[in-house]
Amino acid sequence: MRAYVPAYELRTPASIEEALAWMAREPGVWQPFAGGTDLMVLLEAGKLAHRRFLNIEKLPELRGVAVASEHVTLGALTTYTEIQRHPILFAEFPLLCRAAEETGSVATQNRGTLGGNIANASPAADSPPALLVYDAELELVSSAGPRWEPYNGFHTGYKKMQMRPDELIARIHLPRTKQGWAQHYRKVGARKAQAISKVCFAAAAQIERREIHDLRLAFASVAPTVIRAAAAESALRGRRVTREVIAAAREALLHDIAPIDDIRSTARYRLRVAQNLLEDFLQCLPS
Amino acid sequence: MRVPEAVAKIEIACTVNGKPRRFRAWPMERLLDVLRRELKLTGTKEGCGEGECGACSVLLDGALVNSCLVPAAQAGGSEIRTIEGLADGEQLAAIQEAFVSCGGAQCGICTPGMVMAAAALLDRHPQPNEEQIRSGLSGNLCRCTGYMKIFEAVVRACQAGGVRR
Amino acid sequence: MVSGEPKFLGQSVPRKEGRDKVTGRARYVDDLEFPGALHGVTVRSQIPRGRIRKIEFGPGIPWNEFTVVTAKDISGSNYVALFDRDQPFLAGEVVNHPEEPVVLLAHPDPYLLEEARRAVRIDCDPLPAIFTLEESLACKEIIWGKDNVFKSLHLEKGDVDAAFAKADFIVEGEYRTAAQEQLYIETQGVVAIANPREGVTVWGSLQCPYYVHRALVTLFGLPPEKIRVVQAETGGGFGGKEEYPSMIAGHAALLAWKSGKPVKMIYDRAEDMAATTKRHPSRTRHRTGVTRDGKLLAMEIDFALDGGAYATLSSVVLSRGTIHAAGPYSCPNVRIRSKVVATNLPPQGAFRGFGAPQSVFALERHLDRVAQTVGLAPEEFRRRNFLKPGETTVTGQVIREPVDMNRLLDRALRESDFAAKRERFARENPGRSQKKGIGIASFFHGAGFTGSGEEYLASIVQAEATPEGRVRVLAASTEMGQGTNTIFSQIAADALGIACEQVEIAQPDTAAVPNSGPTVASRTAMIVGKLAESAALGIKQSLVAADLLGERYTQKDFARACREYIAARGPLRARSQYHPPPGVKWDDATYTGDAYSAYAWAVYVAEVTVDTTTFETRIDDFVALQEVGKVINPVLAAGQIEGGVAQAIGFALYENVIWQQGRMANGQMTNYIMPTAADLPRIRVFFEETPCPHGPAGAKGLGELPLDGGAPAIVSAIENATGIVLREIPVLPERLMEAFEEKAGARA
Repeated sequence: MRAYVPAYELRTPASIEEALAWMAREPGVWQPFAGGTDLMVLLEAGKLAHRRFLNIEKLPELRGVAVASEHVTLGALTTYTEIQRHPILFAEFPLLCRAAEETGSVATQNRGTLGGNIANASPAADSPPALLVYDAELELVSSAGPRWEPYNGFHTGYKKMQMRPDELIARIHLPRTKQGWAQHYRKVGARKAQAISKVCFAAAAQIERREIHDLRLAFASVAPTVIRAAAAESALRGRRVTREVIAAAREALLHDIAPIDDIRSTARYRLRVAQNLLEDFLQCLPS
Repeated sequence: MRVPEAVAKIEIACTVNGKPRRFRAWPMERLLDVLRRELKLTGTKEGCGEGECGACSVLLDGALVNSCLVPAAQAGGSEIRTIEGLADGEQLAAIQEAFVSCGGAQCGICTPGMVMAAAALLDRHPQPNEEQIRSGLSGNLCRCTGYMKIFEAVVRACQAGGVRR
Repeated sequence: MVSGEPKFLGQSVPRKEGRDKVTGRARYVDDLEFPGALHGVTVRSQIPRGRIRKIEFGPGIPWNEFTVVTAKDISGSNYVALFDRDQPFLAGEVVNHPEEPVVLLAHPDPYLLEEARRAVRIDCDPLPAIFTLEESLACKEIIWGKDNVFKSLHLEKGDVDAAFAKADFIVEGEYRTAAQEQLYIETQGVVAIANPREGVTVWGSLQCPYYVHRALVTLFGLPPEKIRVVQAETGGGFGGKEEYPSMIAGHAALLAWKSGKPVKMIYDRAEDMAATTKRHPSRTRHRTGVTRDGKLLAMEIDFALDGGAYATLSSVVLSRGTIHAAGPYSCPNVRIRSKVVATNLPPQGAFRGFGAPQSVFALERHLDRVAQTVGLAPEEFRRRNFLKPGETTVTGQVIREPVDMNRLLDRALRESDFAAKRERFARENPGRSQKKGIGIASFFHGAGFTGSGEEYLASIVQAEATPEGRVRVLAASTEMGQGTNTIFSQIAADALGIACEQVEIAQPDTAAVPNSGPTVASRTAMIVGKLAESAALGIKQSLVAADLLGERYTQKDFARACREYIAARGPLRARSQYHPPPGVKWDDATYTGDAYSAYAWAVYVAEVTVDTTTFETRIDDFVALQEVGKVINPVLAAGQIEGGVAQAIGFALYENVIWQQGRMANGQMTNYIMPTAADLPRIRVFFEETPCPHGPAGAKGLGELPLDGGAPAIVSAIENATGIVLREIPVLPERLMEAFEEKAGARA
């Protein structure tokens, strides 16, 4: 334990209004603290520069999964375990459940939250590719009121977000529009559990008359943020899966991703595997 | 450079192994340290301090957590169960008996966390298949056993009726 | 109960301290409470090599509250007594590796201590540093001795040059293994109490209390009886706690001496990974001459190890690695030149296998190359060359054990369904993205210290009976999960014809137990266990000689006899000391003779799937077959093999130390990858028993064996699956991908 623990504040607001009021009064001074599975690791390594945290863990407004006819809405504090156990999520948003089950381990899943994962903004996060595929939207709240942001484009750069210091992620909206789409998720890490991904891929495709009518491709760990592979999608939208189309998609993917060498893997490996995972998905499509 | 100013300690009330406990701690003090230093429950171990090895696993409100990642301020009002609270006096839980008879513990340092993880697994899946056992224990690293006899212990415990509490 | 009939040996008696371990009652060093104790930390060098100019204690810290120790505070000798005298406890004038200890701090507040650690600046004038075997061998910079060489060895058997001239095929190859971190789940830790009045007492997580004892005697310049070392319950060692604990014990003791208070020093994982020893990285070059029938004629082996900045145990690691480098094969002409050299990395040390995993990896992979050149399947090549009784090893040791490697190979192939699988995989792999393969490794591992090592150790075990008829075994051998406590109880119980529960194993405490030697080298069951047996028998002999016990007796008779003996004559004790078996000859100068009194023999088979989408390798099945003399406790023995194979799987596929300017850059569990419960296959363990006269009930050593054969079997299987020749481990997916692309490029 490398941090000077006595210097860290973790205050519990009585309500979400109080939490937002504190954040509005001193923007950036108070940062939200949910399950702690990212922040405590930084603390122990002596790398948590920020010292004043707001314990939002039990705020009821941020919990719960609401099912409406057009959307499923998850509170930001929904844990990975809760995601895996929810029957509608399991049935209609399998990629999110897969992501949840591949995140860390049981202990991490019991504490880690979807909102925390998004706010931590790691380019290697496991759930965000699924969220991108599902066209997720985020509800951000502050004392000034709520607003919605599409999740696609929410991350503007490495650890940069379209979010003000006085805002909290409150809910994640998942439109119920991917039923019947072929869906695929694969995380490649150094081992089968407890691994930060080297490449993570989520995809869904709507096949009509043996053509890819529409699709979503999302990757983690191959760019400074999680990304939608827009160029690869363009190369595939409206097409049938043939050897030439696969080759074109692999080529187009090079324009979407910018993998690096780091402590976990190499740029070359990430690039090749990203292409291979895409091809794997395409080969499995009923067309 | 100056030593940063300390905040005030907070008072936490929770239930540990069925008993109400009160203690004072720094808000971001690790639950692991509170258990070991404050409450003298040294059965829960530190193996990595980064939430990777699971040696610090305890049950928090029935859910398996890494106590090295839980700040004291979030433990208030919760029900915590550690390895010391698994046996009923001298009567070991079935999972503990199984670990002994199957050789699931070698050096023993991962064992408290591993047993808690196994207990949590059996709570959820009383008759887990191999895949469920593997994924239920994948957050608990063991360097000695190669996990084989730990899996056997879980299976043996199922046959004996799982976890009694 | 009738005395003399084995009741416990060969049984899976439950682990003696098992209940304590599953209830959280077992007390490891950080669980021990010492009222008024200070916490201690180490401030370490941030550069790989340099001259210390000054040490600055930054502002804002209440330094007067701290105990501060530097090299100047050492009144005795500032070196860790082991083999050489090169490694200081605290660097005084120069630092030779990143993370080298320079300043020690103690304070009651562990959080403030961390702030203080950050506030100490060690100002150094950097010196040129070297970081690889190649740089060291080339003497790019001389950083140790005259030529960076800690130790070199040269073995000659027969006439290698003449034999090469007659060979039909000569095959060359170079192979590499990387550093591997022991990654015991309990980090290094000690508590020390030290003052001029009481002397020095240390409780620690350690394997060898007497090694620490010797090191503290030298550090403090105190007589031996003023130093006491006690082993606490130890959460894994694997060699990583063989000699390193001397360093941390010295540090805690220095702080305790200066502060007058107990000092507890527990490393966190980051410090443990970055600063403590690892497996020596290796480079092995083979040149092998064979007949066209695949008979080995000549082997020339160049074996080099990177020892890091100080000598520590490198000479002995080199020794074992060298002796195992030619394997369980009969070759009349062998030349081995080996060296362990210095680099500005933290010193390497012991890790289960101790040089043999490195040289055996190279040998086994190379023999597959040789087999391929001759046109033989790997297993057929081995059949034609296995050592047979009466033949000699590379040191000229005549194999007297009735070993039959062919039979072991037959069984391993049968248990793994080798032939059918290999044929099926070859048929089914083309066109599939998941390629399957199966491969073997055959190897042996000598038990006990090399050559005259055991004679030099002259280990002692004592036994003592109580008036209630309980018997205590007093030995320095430590329990760290392998089952020492349990097997010693079984051995003593059977020797005396009493119940296992009647035997107590004394806590290894240098004030109370004799020096049975270190808990290393796969010696505990065979060498020390045998001494425990004879010490127990000594108790019985005393009672028989005093006419208090007949040939057949019950446990009650035994208790009564003990009570009467002690009442009449005082303590009932027996002592047994190691003597080398007759006829065992070893020449240190020429490195010839009987290197080990016994070997365990093994054949391992690995079945893998290589995913060519991600280049990941998954192990689908693993067969570990070994002949070990006698399995004293089947559950414990299988547990040792399973755990060892798991570590070998890590060695082969997952565990990679990333060095940046001599420092381990991936020193956290999130980035140093060991397998989880989701990663490992079923490891199927099989034993054969050919009792050996040197061990209790015929037992030989087996603790390190699995580390020798695991990795080459896996790499053999990957090669079988993909056709890719791999000469280096770990086989990371990134590297496998590059090998695939290179092969595809070469064909294009």
